[in-house]
Amino acid sequence: MPSLFINSVEIEVQPKENIVQAARRAGVEIPHYCWHPDLSVVASCRMCLVEAGTKKDDGTVAMQPRLVPACQTPATPNTVVVTDSPKVKSSQAQTLEYLLLNHPLDCSICDQAGECYLQDYTYQFGKAESRLDEPKVQRQDKYYIGEQIALFTDRCVMCTRCVRFTREYSGTAELFVTSRGSVEEIEVLPGQPCDNKLAGNVVDLCPVGALCSKDFLYKKRVWWLKSADSVCQLCSTGCSITVDQSESKVERVRPRENPQAQGSFMCDDGRFGWKFAHSENRIRAPRIGRASHGQVASPQLTTIGAPTNAVEQYSMSVNQSTPLATATVSDLTFADPWPGLINHLQSVLKQSAQDHPTKTLAVFSPFMTCEEAYLLADYLKKTNPKITLAMGPVPVVGEDDTYPKGPKGQSPAAEKTRFTIRAEKAPNRLGVEAVLQHFQKSIVNDEQWLSSMELNPFETVLVVGNSPAEWLNDETVSKLRRAGKLIVVDILENNLTHAADVVIPGVSFVEKEGTVVNHAGLAQTFHPAIRCSDGTRPDVRTYMELSGRSGLYHGPTIRAEMASVIPAFAAFETGELGELGKRVFS
Amino acid sequence: MNEAFEPVLLRRRGVAGSQTLAYYQQDGGYNGLQKALKMTPAEVIKVVSDSGLRGRGGAGFHTGSKWGFLPKNYEGPIYLCVNGDESEPGTFNNRILIEEDPHQLLEGIAIASYATGASVAYLYLRYEYGQCYRTLEKAIEEMYANNLLGKNILGSNFSLDVYLVRGACAYICGEETGLIESLEGKRAWPRIKPPFPAIEGAFRRPTVVNNIETLACVTHILDKGPEWFMSMGVPKDPNNPRDPGSYGPKLYCVSGHVNNPGLFELPLGITARELIEKHAGGVWKGRKVKAVVPGGISMGFLSADELDTPLDFAGPGKAGCLGLGTAAVIVIDDQTSMVDVLYNNCRFFAHESCGQCTPCREGTAWSSKILRRIRDGHGKMSDLKTLEDISNTIGIMPGTTICGLADGAAWPIKNALKKFRPEFEEYISKGQKTEMREALAAH
Ligand SMILES: Cc1cc2nc3c(=O)[nH]c(=O)nc-3n(C[C@H](O)[C@H](O)[C@H](O)COP(=O)(O)O)c2cc1C
Ligand code: SF4
Ligand code: SF4
Ligand code: SF4
Ligand code: FES
Repeated sequence: MPSLFINSVEIEVQPKENIVQAARRAGVEIPHYCWHPDLSVVASCRMCLVEAGTKKDDGTVAMQPRLVPACQTPATPNTVVVTDSPKVKSSQAQTLEYLLLNHPLDCSICDQAGECYLQDYTYQFGKAESRLDEPKVQRQDKYYIGEQIALFTDRCVMCTRCVRFTREYSGTAELFVTSRGSVEEIEVLPGQPCDNKLAGNVVDLCPVGALCSKDFLYKKRVWWLKSADSVCQLCSTGCSITVDQSESKVERVRPRENPQAQGSFMCDDGRFGWKFAHSENRIRAPRIGRASHGQVASPQLTTIGAPTNAVEQYSMSVNQSTPLATATVSDLTFADPWPGLINHLQSVLKQSAQDHPTKTLAVFSPFMTCEEAYLLADYLKKTNPKITLAMGPVPVVGEDDTYPKGPKGQSPAAEKTRFTIRAEKAPNRLGVEAVLQHFQKSIVNDEQWLSSMELNPFETVLVVGNSPAEWLNDETVSKLRRAGKLIVVDILENNLTHAADVVIPGVSFVEKEGTVVNHAGLAQTFHPAIRCSDGTRPDVRTYMELSGRSGLYHGPTIRAEMASVIPAFAAFETGELGELGKRVFS
Repeated sequence: MNEAFEPVLLRRRGVAGSQTLAYYQQDGGYNGLQKALKMTPAEVIKVVSDSGLRGRGGAGFHTGSKWGFLPKNYEGPIYLCVNGDESEPGTFNNRILIEEDPHQLLEGIAIASYATGASVAYLYLRYEYGQCYRTLEKAIEEMYANNLLGKNILGSNFSLDVYLVRGACAYICGEETGLIESLEGKRAWPRIKPPFPAIEGAFRRPTVVNNIETLACVTHILDKGPEWFMSMGVPKDPNNPRDPGSYGPKLYCVSGHVNNPGLFELPLGITARELIEKHAGGVWKGRKVKAVVPGGISMGFLSADELDTPLDFAGPGKAGCLGLGTAAVIVIDDQTSMVDVLYNNCRFFAHESCGQCTPCREGTAWSSKILRRIRDGHGKMSDLKTLEDISNTIGIMPGTTICGLADGAAWPIKNALKKFRPEFEEYISKGQKTEMREALAAH
């Protein structure tokens, strides 16, 4: 195997690597600003200069007299790289001194502090003292750079990552460099801010606190944030993301590099797509009784028949006009509504399956995780195999939105496409379909179950929603309303929950664990970033209890079980899919 | 030997009508092109290579070798970029060559294009050169009208189009890859190399970039042969196998504190002293030389003791300067403060740094700020060390930046501090102040 040498550590050559990448594998961090694996190489910041040479066949080493940019130099066989010589160190220190010359050093009020490459490298590679005497160049902050983006012009180190991103990746080319030399600045044209759907990435790309997200600006010092690996649920691309939270409040979401999923970036829909988790409109307690005309705040209890279980009896007895959803804390201090709810559901579903098995329907949603779909389907089919399991609508908005855009905003050719925001606005159609396929043999689609609702309505219908946006149109809801009993699992109040007889709160992806399968058959597990919102609990727990499974939900165990039950999920065998996920089917 | 020197490149300077095709042709013009068209391109390259011609644009690269780097049997267009951005302070030979004798240059362009296989030549002209632009426009038109450009030139299989492009008003547009970027309609940010332009240049095609004076020389080399060219100048150093020699005539631009500034055509290798005293009429107002810029301000300074340095490609380097550069000689008299001179120098590079590379962008601006402070009477001795460090890290240490601008910014600092250090120290220790001239204060 051909190899190269980084500070005399020998490592194997890997194709298409530069010295920064090869050194990283050898455990050596070469500081760099302008280089980014997904952008063209400009080698302009000169932070990554190292000494390089070649080891000859006779074992002698010939070093080049000049320093070379590690980012621009391919890691070829027999390359000898030195990153810790006095020459390299003094060049690093000098470059940092240059970068700090006109830098305001306002770390104390800078959002980037704590995750800033200027701070980190100065600490690691910089000089202890400064000899700066001259007044710094001062420049206007630019809040107009983008709707979501502010530029703190003074802090820019002119790495041009942001500029290259808008040219090479989004193709929208809003950002450019204006002026020259030490007074140059990043700028946009008047009236043409950086508002493309991938714009937020420039904030992540910026190695310093120059480009900041207005949404996150001054909200939290980054060292208070705790992160969880997650997966965006807003479209079927399924971008790997990191959810940053503090005190059980999500503060921001960042893309997490995953070559199998989306690459290094994410779109702004996804970037701000977690906000519904903290919505005022969350369903915070189970509810039995149909709301009238969408008056969620004080739905009228309409119990069907005599109260048959604890929850209904309880809610009837507390106060006719104080349903669970609006009962005050003191009303409910000692009430845990869940055991009663589970009992109620069990008996309703059992009864329905007994009385009219073919008239019992469960509608699954593409927003469910694989585990949720599996546990629910398994329970229902075990209750009675004749219960119909159907797929709910899969939201599709417009067409796939591909990047980089051409000069007139046109889509790139397929082979030139670097990023796709998919028209399918749900994370897990493929995963849920695979579960349904297994339990139902064929997938009952919307058209089929909706037309039966019209002709010969189902008696009992369980619908799982969990969409961050309104999912079913009013027409569909009114058809569903014809069921004798409509049970709904959902996160936010909407037309469907207003029509339901029983409402079970679900939780958003930032509050739970689960696996989704993206458009390409890549299964990724996401992890909870925050506690479940008060009054709610993970959907899987509800399904576990319904089916009478003992113990707590443990994702890997359920996934391993799925692998043994459903051949399509064979890749779930170990229960662990790793940080980057596994391709389950294609 | 210089007494008898007959100008070659400037032969038609000052002659009425010298810009017209008719005059040029009756004076033997387009002979070289006709000869070239009867040879194979490889033979033309060999002639130019044998002449030892080195680029006149600043770097002194062997022209024949540069042409030889192009890929062989390349399918698709090859481009010639003619570098007429001439913005090295002190340099004006391209302007005279164009204004006085456009066809001499255009003939060289046609020959070079034939030799390199270029089907299009872009003549990138400094924007400020309006007169040149109009002269060239006319000359190119005449050529098209007389089958000297366009399809099947002079009945041969060779076709060539020349496009005149006005520059984007920045020094960096003269750096060859900055020029290419600017030509493509972008910001003139020099490219990283490799790939070199010969492999991937304008519009991602193999490209040769040559200076105007270089191409004017090509015309005569084809007409009179390589031996004639090698009869002038300084031969190879027999003790240095890597020295390609300095052959041919050279245009020396002399400006500054001399009695008779101007453009002088002389064989390469004349000494600074001879150039100043014999041709430029000596230092003005009876003063003495303090320093001489040997070839445009990016080359650094010769001191009064170094005036016998031959101004060939090797000479200035031996005296600690960066090189011959554009052979633009600027004479600085003994009444001028080197602090002022260096400040002016640094200010230029701070203004012209394209701003890509951290060391150049920040270092040039910093050096100019420090010198300004020294001029204002607030200098510290430690400033000299800082200036030295800047010069070292932006240009002297090889590899620290993308293009040569930073080297050019570094060398004057290095030379000034080495050769005129006592003057700087005295200036600082006495708390001297320059009387601010209004114009400078505005910057
Ligand atoms: C900052 C900078 C500015 C330059 N400006 C010019 C210029 O104005 N004209 C020129 O011919 N060459 C200029 N050069 C040199 C060119 O890069 C290039 O070497 C030259 O055009 C090649 O032509 P030659 O081989 O015929 O000399 C410049 C180089 C640098 C680094
Ligand atoms: S704003 Fe940030 S990303 Fe853009 S050039 Fe400046 S430092 Fe680089
Ligand atoms: S592309 Fe799709 S998955 Fe990725 S961030 Fe956007 S919405 Fe989320
Ligand atoms: S050395 Fe200076 S002028 Fe040249 S590319 Fe770098 S910043 Fe631009
Ligand atoms: S990372 Fe290599 S020069 Fe910027």
